[in-house]
Amino acid sequence: MAFDAGLAVLVLGVASWTIAARDTFAAVVGFVAYGLLLALIWVRLAAPDVALTEAAIGSGLTGGLLLGASTRLRRTESLAVGEKPAAALRAATIGLCILVSAGLAAIILLLPEPAPTLAALAAANLVATGLGNPVTAVLMAYRAIDTLLEVVVLLLSLLGVWSLTPDHLWGSLPSPHYRADSYETVTFVTQLLAPIGILVGIHIFWIGSVAPGGEFQGATILAAMWILTMLSGLVDAPAVNRRWLRLLLIIGPVVFAAIGLAGFAMAGAFLAYPTNHAKLLILIIEVPVTLSVAAMLTLLVAGPPERSSHR
Amino acid sequence: MADFLLAAAGFVLATVALGLVRILRGPGDADRIMAAQLLGTGGIAALVLLAEANGVPAAVDVALVLALLAAFVSVAFVESVARSTADRT
Amino acid sequence: MNLVFDVLTVLAVCAGAFFFLAGTIGLLRFPDALSRLHALTKADNLGLGLIVLGLLFQAEELFVALKLIGVWLLGLLAAATVTQLIARAIQPAGLRD
Repeated sequence: MAFDAGLAVLVLGVASWTIAARDTFAAVVGFVAYGLLLALIWVRLAAPDVALTEAAIGSGLTGGLLLGASTRLRRTESLAVGEKPAAALRAATIGLCILVSAGLAAIILLLPEPAPTLAALAAANLVATGLGNPVTAVLMAYRAIDTLLEVVVLLLSLLGVWSLTPDHLWGSLPSPHYRADSYETVTFVTQLLAPIGILVGIHIFWIGSVAPGGEFQGATILAAMWILTMLSGLVDAPAVNRRWLRLLLIIGPVVFAAIGLAGFAMAGAFLAYPTNHAKLLILIIEVPVTLSVAAMLTLLVAGPPERSSHR
Repeated sequence: MADFLLAAAGFVLATVALGLVRILRGPGDADRIMAAQLLGTGGIAALVLLAEANGVPAAVDVALVLALLAAFVSVAFVESVARSTADRT
Repeated sequence: MNLVFDVLTVLAVCAGAFFFLAGTIGLLRFPDALSRLHALTKADNLGLGLIVLGLLFQAEELFVALKLIGVWLLGLLAAATVTQLIARAIQPAGLRD
């Protein structure tokens, strides 16, 4: 009990500091710290799948994304630091935040005992899906349509980021150019960590069927390792008009949707699986989706194309 | 045993909190890059203790991912700061 | 036998927690960024190693113990290399006059 209270106070403290920080870099550091502590809270709440996702995407990858944004905004930062929104706007924002927080707290505290839940039903039907992890069953079998839509939304957001390219640079290389120097420490770090990271990513993806894990967490670790190799300059960012890159990006959603449509023929509804082959079909969907999502996340962090191919 | 491990995890988190206060306050970016390292090591220790104390074996996997992502974020921080000093000179 | 393991776990975890405290005190008291980084990395990783050692005595099966050791080794590896990187960023071209 004391542990939970202390953890909650620590998280609130870090969050308040992040909001109050004047410098963008400091705010990003605070955000990453907040995310990592939140993963601890999820473990305390016995939700290791969410903890994995929070540590990987919520703090690690989003931290990289925000860092890229803060680097791009550095030139205008001195202008922005002096600005302050009007007092009325700040008061309205504070009021709205308090209202939403109070509403959420009331809803949680006023839940009937026992709280309505579908957990028993989900666990009861687990055998039919052939999986051992109920969270993966929800993501890939009971609510597979949501997962398909999430992957498509990721792809569309990537297109949104690409739409920020100046016309003359369309189709070229994203992210600034990082020089590779074989004596640099960062090269050594990458050569050491990237292979281990790829193995860990595949491991987390693979055990998702029986233990906490799954394709999004595995894809995030793979994406982080790819970004690491780009940061150290060992691998240059791929030009966005490369055919292999575009194929890699769409193969996940296409396979997912194709199996969904085949569900009409096989079991009578979109994304329905015939009982004996459920696990096999889920695996056939998961592998390309993992690869596609890894590529999408990497390119999201790399940003819009800003360099032309011939230097 | 579970209570003792939980208390140890709380103690480790308290030291991390103290370190965070110093790091986040420290003027300039040099101290703040260390935040990912501090939280990485402290977080792994707390998670590994919680795995045994709470009976959540998957917390060790979370610790694994935390180790990798903390290293990745540290490298990203360093690159960002190196870039900004290069821009200013 | 269980009692012996429990005592060993308590001893190792207490030692580990002590080193975490030492690391944080170093972080609070050392004069410049490089020495703070030194305190952070060395003491905290030693503390982590001792805590993992303590938990090895509580592990039920071999696979769990191997995973714990794997996590510790990865943390150590990552910390050792990334700390060099951070030190370079704090003080480039390390030679002092």
